[in-house]
Amino acid sequence: MGRGQLGDWAPRAALVAVGVIVVGWLAIKAADDIGTFVTVTLNGVTLAALFFVVASGFTLIFGLMRVVNMAHGSFYLLGGWIAFTIQDKAFREQPEGLGFDLTPDSDLQFSLAGWVVPLILACLAIAVVGLLLQQLLLRWNQGQDLRQALITIAVSVIAADQMLAHFGGVTQEIQPPSGWPTSVNLGVEGTRFGFFRLVVVLGAAIVIGLLLYVVIRRTKFGMIVRAGVDDRQMVSALGINVQLVFAGAFIIGALLAGFGGVLGGTMIALQPGEDTAFLLNSLIVVIIGGMGSLGGAAIGALALGLVDAYGDVYLQFGSQDLTNYSILLTFALLVAVLAVRPLGLFGRPA
Amino acid sequence: MTDTRRTTWIGTGVAVALLALAPLIFTEYFVSVILTQALWLGVAAASLIFLSGYAGMVSLGQVGIYGVAGFVFANLVAADGGLDVALSPYLAVVLAVAAAVLVGLVFGAVACRSEGIYFLMITLAFSVIIYYFFSQVTQLSGFGGVNSVELPGLIGDPGADPVPLFYVSLAASALIYAGIRYLVRTPFGLTLQGIRDEPARMRALGYNVGLHKTLAFGVGALVAGVAGVLSVFYNQRISPGSVNISQAIDVLVVAVVGGLYRLEGAWIGALVFGLIDNYSREYTPEIGTVLGPDRFNTLIGIVFLLIVLLSPGGLVGIWEQLRARSRGVGRTRMAGLDADVTVGDTPAATAPAPALKEGGPRR
Repeated sequence: MGRGQLGDWAPRAALVAVGVIVVGWLAIKAADDIGTFVTVTLNGVTLAALFFVVASGFTLIFGLMRVVNMAHGSFYLLGGWIAFTIQDKAFREQPEGLGFDLTPDSDLQFSLAGWVVPLILACLAIAVVGLLLQQLLLRWNQGQDLRQALITIAVSVIAADQMLAHFGGVTQEIQPPSGWPTSVNLGVEGTRFGFFRLVVVLGAAIVIGLLLYVVIRRTKFGMIVRAGVDDRQMVSALGINVQLVFAGAFIIGALLAGFGGVLGGTMIALQPGEDTAFLLNSLIVVIIGGMGSLGGAAIGALALGLVDAYGDVYLQFGSQDLTNYSILLTFALLVAVLAVRPLGLFGRPA
Repeated sequence: MTDTRRTTWIGTGVAVALLALAPLIFTEYFVSVILTQALWLGVAAASLIFLSGYAGMVSLGQVGIYGVAGFVFANLVAADGGLDVALSPYLAVVLAVAAAVLVGLVFGAVACRSEGIYFLMITLAFSVIIYYFFSQVTQLSGFGGVNSVELPGLIGDPGADPVPLFYVSLAASALIYAGIRYLVRTPFGLTLQGIRDEPARMRALGYNVGLHKTLAFGVGALVAGVAGVLSVFYNQRISPGSVNISQAIDVLVVAVVGGLYRLEGAWIGALVFGLIDNYSREYTPEIGTVLGPDRFNTLIGIVFLLIVLLSPGGLVGIWEQLRARSRGVGRTRMAGLDADVTVGDTPAATAPAPALKEGGPRR
């Protein structure tokens, strides 16, 4: 960037110093209470898994089409609400015996299908919504990235209001299948951790990551996507129907957001405002990792998830409780990355 | 060019004079709820339009910065909730705006190395981080916001008499409008416009692009800070909810509806926004749960969507297109002696929405 060597060197050295201090602090805390440390770390990692599922769709769409889909959070929340509604309407099993329902929600029984079918239907519905958004509103504005961002912002405003009208403002949760255990034993001082978070969410994130990697690295579709990220015009000049690829990428991206919504709706909760929360998470993840990079999304998600988790617990120095300032850590993370790499860790200029 | 410039100034003068008479013409309710709100919301949108129109930086962070100013002001004066400090409100205004500028310079320094859509995303992230900061740190935001904030004596009690606050907002708007119009003609302003159009060439000419963008962001933060203080004057309270993402989007909507590339658009957009906000509830037809008096956000979202799809220059853009068309017809009849049918006095106006046409950040 035409700056002197000192200019580049100083922020890096500062970052390394900060990193050493952070790791040292965590090590002290870990030695204090290893059980808590493991739980907090897993909280961060599973949160990161959810962030990754959502953000991978966001980064895929951006990487190929340069569309910043500000309605991605709306896809997330809508996916969750659709799954919740289907589960609530179609799979709420009445308890045996008496004909009236006195069971509180937490005692409701759901079969495996009662979770998987809503999941699949919600993903498909969001894929269709994504395709409609792309075909009806974005396709004819291709190349005007700011205008497309504004269009998706408008869509997200309308979507948030409509979801409030149809699904209400009450916090709801999607119930995991009753057959699944609630927690698993980690074998560290008897610490237990939520089964759904640890096995299902983390597993899903790993599977999705691998699948996306294989699709993008090993298939013809992936080859076209990679070529499209580098040079769209050349790809279409080679006779490839870029529009079809764009539509496909948008479908996958939206589908991933919907999938994340169902995971998040089961793992955390569904409520108005989750759409902007997950839009923000996706933004931060891809700003850190670099827009359009899948590996970047994974690392960005991990960084954000861990900073969130550690900041919420370990920001206490003696009697000084600073945990409610933890959002500043997220900001610091963002600043630190942008100071060294303005395009994110794995970002490349367009 | 001098002609259009003169008409712009005359038009502005007439508008300000008319507005100054507004309390005599309109009801107290209209002056307070529509006009005063349009004025301070317009100032907030003006900070965004200044950055996007003259520096090519579309920022979603302006609401975060105005939140900083609002919260600093509300905490420094006597109020219900927040810090237990009771400075003079006048001093608090100065400190609040200074804090906004400081935060703006920091944000600007971090974000100035990115362009276009990246800049939009980073500033949105900043804005939301400020929102989360104030919702988490209840020492600063109280548990139900900072309420019954003490206002400068000049303004009195807007609830009893909204006119003084209206004049203060009008004066602030006029000063900011004139100030920005002046600033963009200074060497600094011209450099900014050069950077907006050709950052690489400006860098090659030896200008410090990052520094200029950071300073521009500081100026935008100053304007946003004034808007933040005015918003606290208007509401006499501030809570984290007043700086959340939907407020950030509201300010963006105001700027886009008015016209992202003309400063006047800020106040025009704010006025339209206020009118829709107030009167739509009576006239919106009830269509199931889809549309109705409660669905203001749906309505404003649709208006926003239509403006973005149909007229990237916003309402001011529509007006200018119409004017250019009618004038263009007149000029062609005069055998095309004068090819200069440009409207407005900045390059941004003659080539509306440059950033909208550009595909992706420049290499």
